[in-house]
Amino acid sequence: MQDLAFNIIFYVTAAVAVLSTLIMVTRYNAVHGLLYLIVSSLSMAIIFYLLGAPFAATLEVIIYAGAIMILFVFVVMMLNLGQKSVEQEKSWLHPKIWLVPGVMVAILFVVLVSAMTGMGSGEQVNLVSAKRVGIGLFGPYLLVVELASFLLLAGLIGAYHIARSPDARAGGTARQDQAESETSNAGGVS
Amino acid sequence: MDSALIDHALILAGLLFCIGLLGVLVRRNIIFMLISMEVMLNATGLAFIAAGSFWNQADGQIMFIAVVTLGAAEVAVGLGLTLLLFKRYQSVDVDNLKQLRG
Repeated sequence: MQDLAFNIIFYVTAAVAVLSTLIMVTRYNAVHGLLYLIVSSLSMAIIFYLLGAPFAATLEVIIYAGAIMILFVFVVMMLNLGQKSVEQEKSWLHPKIWLVPGVMVAILFVVLVSAMTGMGSGEQVNLVSAKRVGIGLFGPYLLVVELASFLLLAGLIGAYHIARSPDARAGGTARQDQAESETSNAGGVS
Repeated sequence: MDSALIDHALILAGLLFCIGLLGVLVRRNIIFMLISMEVMLNATGLAFIAAGSFWNQADGQIMFIAVVTLGAAEVAVGLGLTLLLFKRYQSVDVDNLKQLRG
């Protein structure tokens, strides 16, 4: 009985994940796509939990449905795209554009499934607790933690450098002073 | 427990990866391309976790953490590039970037 409930939850959640991701890919409005991506992330978190990885499920909710989504929503709000871009998207998404990539991706999916199935029969879902993950992270995988910190630092510096305004990048001290006074003025106004 | 559960989790991962790939191929809006890449990374993480659960090892979740870190760094740089693209062309169409010196 419990097995049946487990299976029902697993397959319903998997269906929700696939459907929400499909709908997300076909939206015209970026904010609608982001909302469907949140549904997809949450259903993935449930699947992680069912696969015996509660720590990964927590990370999925906190990082994907939390931090990364906030970043996306922040940028979409900043760009302020509006109705015009929705109509542009509509004109871009012809069936003609969909067809060839769709067929190629379907072929890839068949190949992937034939390669991945037949790993052998798993008797039971094994629970891998957060404690074991932590012991692994700070034992044999210590180098991965250090590399992740390097990667995040590189991402931080790269994003800061790329998104900085061209004036501040090109200018000398005079421009910098101007920019600083502008920002302080803006702060005073707001 | 269904003996084919791990297989089905891997099939789900493959399906989500293919949907994400389809999004990257079909869309021209750079925001949707970035979102689709997030979906692809997420599917990779699901495959890692399913394998880790199958072999009863913590390595799968550790690799998932590495994948999440990679996704976070990628999305930070990608959204910075999106801002730059919009600032220069007033559009989120990646086809604007077809010339090296425009």
